[in-house]
Amino acid sequence: MNFTEDQINRYSRHILLQDVGVEGQEKISSGKVLVVGAGGLGAPVALYLAAAGVGTIGVIDGDVVDLSNLQRQIIHFTADVGKPKVISAKEKINRLNPDVRVVTYQALLTSENAQEIIKDYDFVVDGTDNFPVKFLINDACVLAGKPFSHGGILRFEGQTLTYLPEAPCYRCLFHSPPPPNAVPTCSQAGVLGAIAGMLGTIQAAEALKYLTGVGELLTGKLLTFNAKTMNFRTIKTKRSEKCPVCGKNPTITKLIDYEQAVCDISDRKKR
Amino acid sequence: MGKITVNGKEQDLSAPTTLAALIAQNNIAQPDMVSVQLNEEFVNREDYATTTLKDGDEVDFLYFMGGGGLQ
Repeated sequence: MNFTEDQINRYSRHILLQDVGVEGQEKISSGKVLVVGAGGLGAPVALYLAAAGVGTIGVIDGDVVDLSNLQRQIIHFTADVGKPKVISAKEKINRLNPDVRVVTYQALLTSENAQEIIKDYDFVVDGTDNFPVKFLINDACVLAGKPFSHGGILRFEGQTLTYLPEAPCYRCLFHSPPPPNAVPTCSQAGVLGAIAGMLGTIQAAEALKYLTGVGELLTGKLLTFNAKTMNFRTIKTKRSEKCPVCGKNPTITKLIDYEQAVCDISDRKKR
Repeated sequence: MGKITVNGKEQDLSAPTTLAALIAQNNIAQPDMVSVQLNEEFVNREDYATTTLKDGDEVDFLYFMGGGGLQ
C-alpha cells in the first residue's frame, strides 16, 4: 500500500507511534471491521474507526434515527431524525474520512444473514442494545472463528470483553440470554450518554489493537466500570467446559433467533 | 473465619458460608440472572448451595449488561 502525502499527514499521529508506524497504519487501512448497531456504542466505534482510516467499515442497523437517540448516538445529528441509521452513519463516516469504504446493511442481524455478513470482515464489534443479537453475534463469531468485541452499557455502568478463537466467549460467562423483560434495557432504565462513548472508544481501541497486533486484548478478561465512582475492574475469566457453544460438548451448532423483549419490540414499532 | 473478596472488595467471613448464602447476604437482585466466579472459575448454579467459602477466596458476580443489565 502506498500512502499519499495527505494520507501520511492524516495518519501521522498513528505513524509516529513506535508500535504502529507505517506498517501498522497499512494494516488499519486494509482492515475490515463490522459494526453491529449504529447506536450508542456503534456511533463512537464507527467514528473512531473512520478517523483511524479502517479500510472497510460495515454498518448494520435496521432502525431510523429517533430524537431520543441523539443524547448519546453522536454519529447522528438533529437533521437526521427519521433517516435510516446506516445512511446517517455512512454520511458522517465519509465526511470524516473519504478513504473509508462503507458497506451498509439496513436490516437486523438474524440467524439467516449473520454468517453471510460477518464472513467478509476481520473483526466484529457488538454495539447492539439487546440480548438476542448479542448471543447471536457471539455464536456466529465462535462458530466462524471470528474475533469480536462484546459491549454492554446500562445506567452508569459498562462492560466489555474481546473474543478470539480459544479465548472465553460471551456464553462462557453468560450461559444463555435472560428471559425477555427479566433484565432492563437502556430504553427502559436509561443510560448516561457519555458512558456509551467511554465503552465504545474502548471497543474501537480493541479493534485497532487487533488489526495492528499491538498490545494485549481484553481476551480472558471482562472489563467493567461504574462511572459513578469511576472504578474500573478487569475480572479474569476462563473458558467454561460447559459452555454450550465453545465447551467440550457443544449443544449449539447453528444460530438461534431468541425472542426479543416485548417492550423493545413495541418500542421499535412505535417509530 | 477469615476474609474473602467480593467484586474486588473485602468482606469478613464470620461463619461458614456457602455461595448461596453469600448471594443472599449481598442482596443480589434476581440471583438467577447473575454469573458467579469463584477464584476465576465459573460455578454451576446447582453447586451454589454446596460450595463453602474459605479464607482468601475471590468471588465475582457478573451481571448482564446489554444495553441492559441489573442493578
